[in-house]
Amino acid sequence: MAEERAAAFTKRSIKTSAKLAGLKMVVSMMDLTTLEGKDTPGKVAYLCRKALQPAEAKYNVPPCGAVCVYPNMVKYARKFLGDNSPVHVASVATGFPSGQFPLPTRLNEVRRAVTDGADEIDMVINRCAFLAGDHAKMFDEIAAIKEACGPAHLKVILETGELVTYDNVRLASEIAMQAGADFIKTSTGKVSPAATMPVTLVMLEAIRDHFFATGVRIGMKPAGGIRNSKQALHYLVMVKETLGDDWLTPDLFRFGASTLLNDVLMQIARRVDGNYQGPDYFSLP
Amino acid sequence: MKTKLKPVKLSAKRAVIASAQPVVPLNDRRLTFGSRWDYAPAPEESKNYIIPPRHELFINGKFVAPHSGKHFDTINPATEDKITEIALGDAQDVDKAVKAARRAYEKVWSKMPGRERGKYLYRIARIIQEKMRELAVLESMDGGKPIKETRDVDLPIVAAHFFYHAGWADKLQYAFPGRTPRPLGVVGQIIPWNFPLLMAAWKIAPALACGNTVVIKPSKTTSLTLVRLAQIFQEAELPEGVVNVITGVGETGTAIVKHPDVNKIAFTGSTEIGKQLAEMIVGTDKCITLELGGKAANIVFDDAPIDQAIEGIVAGIYFNMGHVCCAGSRLLVQENIFPTVVKKLRDRIQTLRIGNPLDKNTDIGAINNKPQLEKIRELVQSGVDEGAEVVQTSCTLPARGYWYPPTFLTGVTASHRVAQEEIFGPVLSVMTFRTPEEAVERANNTPYGLSAGVWTDKGSKIFKIVNKLRAGVVWANTYNKFDPTSPFGGYKESGFGREGGIQGLAAYCRLD
Repeated sequence: MAEERAAAFTKRSIKTSAKLAGLKMVVSMMDLTTLEGKDTPGKVAYLCRKALQPAEAKYNVPPCGAVCVYPNMVKYARKFLGDNSPVHVASVATGFPSGQFPLPTRLNEVRRAVTDGADEIDMVINRCAFLAGDHAKMFDEIAAIKEACGPAHLKVILETGELVTYDNVRLASEIAMQAGADFIKTSTGKVSPAATMPVTLVMLEAIRDHFFATGVRIGMKPAGGIRNSKQALHYLVMVKETLGDDWLTPDLFRFGASTLLNDVLMQIARRVDGNYQGPDYFSLP
Repeated sequence: MKTKLKPVKLSAKRAVIASAQPVVPLNDRRLTFGSRWDYAPAPEESKNYIIPPRHELFINGKFVAPHSGKHFDTINPATEDKITEIALGDAQDVDKAVKAARRAYEKVWSKMPGRERGKYLYRIARIIQEKMRELAVLESMDGGKPIKETRDVDLPIVAAHFFYHAGWADKLQYAFPGRTPRPLGVVGQIIPWNFPLLMAAWKIAPALACGNTVVIKPSKTTSLTLVRLAQIFQEAELPEGVVNVITGVGETGTAIVKHPDVNKIAFTGSTEIGKQLAEMIVGTDKCITLELGGKAANIVFDDAPIDQAIEGIVAGIYFNMGHVCCAGSRLLVQENIFPTVVKKLRDRIQTLRIGNPLDKNTDIGAINNKPQLEKIRELVQSGVDEGAEVVQTSCTLPARGYWYPPTFLTGVTASHRVAQEEIFGPVLSVMTFRTPEEAVERANNTPYGLSAGVWTDKGSKIFKIVNKLRAGVVWANTYNKFDPTSPFGGYKESGFGREGGIQGLAAYCRLD
C-alpha cells in the first residue's frame, strides 16, 4: 500500500495560486547542494549568492533554506554568507558518502565543520553496522556525532538505496530519531535509487509515530533525484497530507537538490509573467 | 593520533537556529490539516461534451421513442440540476427489445464464429479507450462519483473487461475441458447505480463473448452512460439487436424478468430486490445469477503494518462514497491496537477532500440519490441512538446536492443495526476482537458473504484466516482490487454466481 498511497499524492492537481505558493515554499525548503571533488571556493560563492537571491526581486522568491557543501568548503560558505545570513550552511560529514571510516575521524570531521561555521551537519549512518544487525553500534555512533555537533542541527542520512526494504528504512528511521537526529534524510545522492516517494512516505510515517510517542517534531529531507517542479510539488503534497501544516516549513522539511532550483524558478516565472522563458534567463548556481 | 579540538564559537543568530525542538505535551500532540497551503480548484473540462436534451431507448440497433411517450429527468446529484431526459421504457418496449434480441440471437450472433464475435468486442474496447475521458466526465456528472475514480478506476476496468472477454470469444471451446459450452439465448440484465458503466461491462462483455444477446436496464438515476455506450455499439457496427438498452424504472426491470422469452437473468443490486426476482422466476426455466449486498469485515491484527492498514480501511469504505457492495464496512480491530487505529483513522479522514466531483482533487463526491442519503442519515442516527460515537471530518459540505461526510462509528457492538445492515454510504462501524478465532467468528456472523479483508504481516496467519472466512472475495493486505480475470461474487444473502474470470464465463454458458 505504501507505493499505492505515494502514487495517490502524484494525482493531486496543483494549479494557479496553489502552484505559485507551493513553488515558493519549495525554494525556501531547498538545500542548494554542490558535492563534487571539483568544488572550489569560487564555485561555493556562486552557490551562496544564488541561495541568497534565487531570482530577480520582481518574482518575490524567498532565499533557499541552506547551502550544502563538503566540510572543506564550509569556511568559504560561511565567509560568503556572513554570520546573520538567512541561508544556513549545511555540511555533509562523517566520511560522506560511504561512512566507512573510523569513528574518531568522523567525529573530528564533524567538529571541524561546526567550528568552521556549519549550522547543520548531514551525517551518513553506518550501513555496515545496520545491515550486519549491530543496531546498538549505529545508535551509539549517531549519539556520539550528535554530541560532537554541539549546537548544530543534525540530519541523519539513511542511504535508503542501500537499505533496500521498507522495513529497514522504518527501523533505521526510528533508531536515528531516538539517537538524536533533528532531521532524517533519505540519501546522499551518490547511490541509486536516491529519494523515492514511497521511501519518503515510510520515513514521514515514522516521524509521525515518533511525534505521537515523544512530542518531538523531527524534520524530513528527501535528497537526490528530485529534479523538476512537478516532483517537488508531489513531495509537498505528501508532507501536507501525512504530517499536516506544522511540517510545511523549512524548519521541518527540506529538499536536497542541485538542479531543481532553476526548474522551479522557470515555473514561477511562467506563473508571474504568463509565458515560459529560456534557461539562459536563469543564472546558474 | 589524538586530535586537539578548538572550542566552537557561535554568533547569537546561529545559537538561536540551533535551539532544540520543543517537546509537545501529550494532550497537544495533534496533526493540523489546515490551510497553510491549500489546493486551488482544478476542475476537469466538461463543457466540450455536448449532452443532448433527450435520450431514447436502444432497440434493434436504433434509438427509438418509448411506447409510453414519457421521459423522466436525470439529475446531477452534486448540484441537483437536471442533466437531460431519459426514456421511460415499459413492458411493450421490453417485448420489442426481447424480440429484437431473439432475432439477433437466432439469425446472427449465435451462428457467428467466436473469432468474429471477438473482433466486435475488441472494437468496442478500443472505442471505449478512445472516449475514456468523455465517459469518465459523464459518469461523474450523472452519478456524483469523483472524476479521479471514474478516470482511474471505472473506465480502465470497463475497457479491460471488454478486452479480456474479447480474448475468450474464440477460445471458449477450450475453457471447460471435456464440456462443450453453448450460449443460453437472450439474457436480461439489470444493473445498479453505484458503478453504472462498470456493471454494464461486467454483464455485457461475458454475455456477448459466449454468444448470447442482451436486454439491459440501468438504474433510474444513472442511465446516461449506458445510453452513451449504446452509441459506441452503433459506432462499432455491432449487429442490430445484439444489445438492447431499455431505460426506465423498477417496473421496467420486472417486465424483463417476467418476459417469457428471456433465458437468463443477471442482476446486481440490493438483497431485497434480488429475493423478489428469485421469486418471480420460480417455476420457469430461466437461469439467474445474483450479486447482492454485503457487510464485509475488514480484520486488522495487531501485527499488521498499521499505516498501510489505515490506507486499506480508507480504500475499503470511502471508495465511491461507500456505494460499494463489497465495501469493508465492518472494521474488526484487535483490541490492543484499537486506540492507535482510531487515532490514525481520525487524522486520515481529515485529509479526504469532499466537493465538486469534477474537481481532480476531490476524493469524496456526492451521494448518488436522495433516498440513499436519507437511508444513510437514518442508519447513522440509529447508531447514535444505540450508543455509538460518531467521528466525522470537520469539512463543510456544499449547500446544494446530496452529501455525507466520511464517518466512522466507535463503540459499536455486533447487536447494533449499523453492524448488521448494509449502509451503502461512507460510514464505517468499528468493532474490536481479541483472538483470531473471535475475529473469524465475528466476521462470519452476518447474513451476507460477499467480501472480507485481512491485515497482518504474518503470512501463515493470512492463509489460516482466509480459509475460514465465508466470503466470495478475500483481500489480504489490500482492499477493493478488481480485475476481469478474477471471479467476483458472494455467499449466502450476497447472492450466487460469479462474474469475471473463467467462472464468470460459465454463468453465461450451458455446458454440455
